[in-house]
Amino acid sequence: MLLHQFFEAAVSKYPDKVALVCDTGTYSYAQLGRIAARLAVELQRRGVARGDRVALFLENSVELVAAVFAALATGAVFIPINPMTKAAKLAYMLNDSRAVALVSQASLASVCEVALPLNRTVISCLVAGPWERQDPRVVPFPDATDGDSMSTAGSSMLIDQDLASIIYTSGSTGDPKGVMLTHLNMVSAANSVSTYLGLRSDDVIICVLPLSFDYGLYQLLMSTKVGATLVLERGFTFPVKVLERMARHNVSVFPGVPTIFSMLMNIDTLARYDLHALRMITNTAAALSEEHIRQLRGLFPQAQLFSMYGLTECKRVTYLPPDQLDIRPTSVGRGMPNEEVWLVDESGRRLPNGSTGELVIRGSNVMRGYWEKPQETAKRLKPGPIPGEMILHSGDIFRTDEEGYLYFVARKDDIIKSRGEKVSPREVENALYALDGVYEAAVIGVPDPLLGQAVKAFVVLKQGYRYSERDVIKHCAGRLESFLVPKYVDFVDALPKTDTGKIKKLDLA
Amino acid sequence: MADTKNRVRTFIAENFLMGANAAKVSDADSFQDLHILDSTGFLELVSFLEQEFSIRVKDEEMIPENLDSLDNIDSYLERKLHAG
Repeated sequence: MLLHQFFEAAVSKYPDKVALVCDTGTYSYAQLGRIAARLAVELQRRGVARGDRVALFLENSVELVAAVFAALATGAVFIPINPMTKAAKLAYMLNDSRAVALVSQASLASVCEVALPLNRTVISCLVAGPWERQDPRVVPFPDATDGDSMSTAGSSMLIDQDLASIIYTSGSTGDPKGVMLTHLNMVSAANSVSTYLGLRSDDVIICVLPLSFDYGLYQLLMSTKVGATLVLERGFTFPVKVLERMARHNVSVFPGVPTIFSMLMNIDTLARYDLHALRMITNTAAALSEEHIRQLRGLFPQAQLFSMYGLTECKRVTYLPPDQLDIRPTSVGRGMPNEEVWLVDESGRRLPNGSTGELVIRGSNVMRGYWEKPQETAKRLKPGPIPGEMILHSGDIFRTDEEGYLYFVARKDDIIKSRGEKVSPREVENALYALDGVYEAAVIGVPDPLLGQAVKAFVVLKQGYRYSERDVIKHCAGRLESFLVPKYVDFVDALPKTDTGKIKKLDLA
Repeated sequence: MADTKNRVRTFIAENFLMGANAAKVSDADSFQDLHILDSTGFLELVSFLEQEFSIRVKDEEMIPENLDSLDNIDSYLERKLHAG
């Protein structure tokens, strides 16, 4: 089973059913199928072949949805890239993956134009919408009405062991790492998750999360698997607009993160919106507080709430069956179908229930590794019980209760979670060091009621330099996605150090 | 009101725009489409408007028609400040 066969089966089985509702309109499975087919032909014309990497740098849109399936149909590996990404990081990912094609849109083309000269592997950059190109590799997105029938020569040789996607994730080292996911990884994950959620063809799933985030991406993938309708939003910037659309389209499934739920629950006029069709709310990326869980259940008594935990390296790990919320509201549950999870101690020994240790995951959803980063991979994937198999070390510490239900304790590394997004302090520090006059910098997370954690930077400036907090924040905003940009900047004379001269972050607050 | 637009334009330029981009934002440009403001950015814009113009932006007023361009903000403030 290949990942895009969910989509192709839906096109065949439900051609006239609404597949996608987004800002440019409503698309049936058949219409979406045609747009994807036309784009697949274009990608092949532009040199994309089996196994090639195709970077997708787009807002949530019909073009992005089509591009996912078009890339897969050519047998290529799609790389979904957050539209907030700035040029230097885009170039890094294009170079790291040796991408052969880049698909983007007019409002992001200026970023592409800065990144492309830093890359030699991209043959064509397809841009949707009117754009006056500078780089000769930039070409227009094809018009779906140029009816060519799709050649599936690219994907016909694929097996489920082949890569379907590379999703970049932050790490402590500062450079993003490409999580390699095979067709088997993703089909397996989509099957497990859609099964425990109980997704159905009559569901209407709203996605306010970027498709560059696997939590958002899988709303699309699972929707095509069950033949549901996806209402795709650009984000949750204007909550009442989202609520209007949820009411208008009888949305039944609402995946979110705590920051989104906080914003939702702050809306005084929430009761005005007819959300009776909402039957399921899901949460992951960061923990929902007991208070938030209570409030959400109070506001939406008709909906089941799923608390879950996962990581990009294996998509999802746990879910809490909704009927357990009254018994153990702070648990994220147990493993999902077709997966085995347990806790290990420092030497990798399996721990019994009632212990605290690192969570490890075994299953077909576990990544192949980090793209061309064998050392980083070896830190996370280690031999499993059966010779040749690898199990994933999550890097997160959990405890289990007597029945094996899991409770998050802490991360092993120093990654910050802000707005549900991973923030690598090192990545932010690297950006700070790029500012002329910065002598030393240290970045930590501080508690924040809306964000979960806020990013705080401590900066020591060189003699003769003077900046305002706003100057430093703007500098970072020019290089980093917004969730990485410090909310606070403290200028200090010196940073606390250990005996060996390393910066002592524990002494910062 | 030209003065309103200028005050808002200055706020956007000081807080969200890097260098050369500041000049290129026209009155009708969508902050969202140009990727100048994201969800957090709009929350900061709302805080600024509330403080600067002594208003309270209601939940149902937090929509692109009121906030997603200098022209839109101008019309919104005009209505808001004259409604009393």
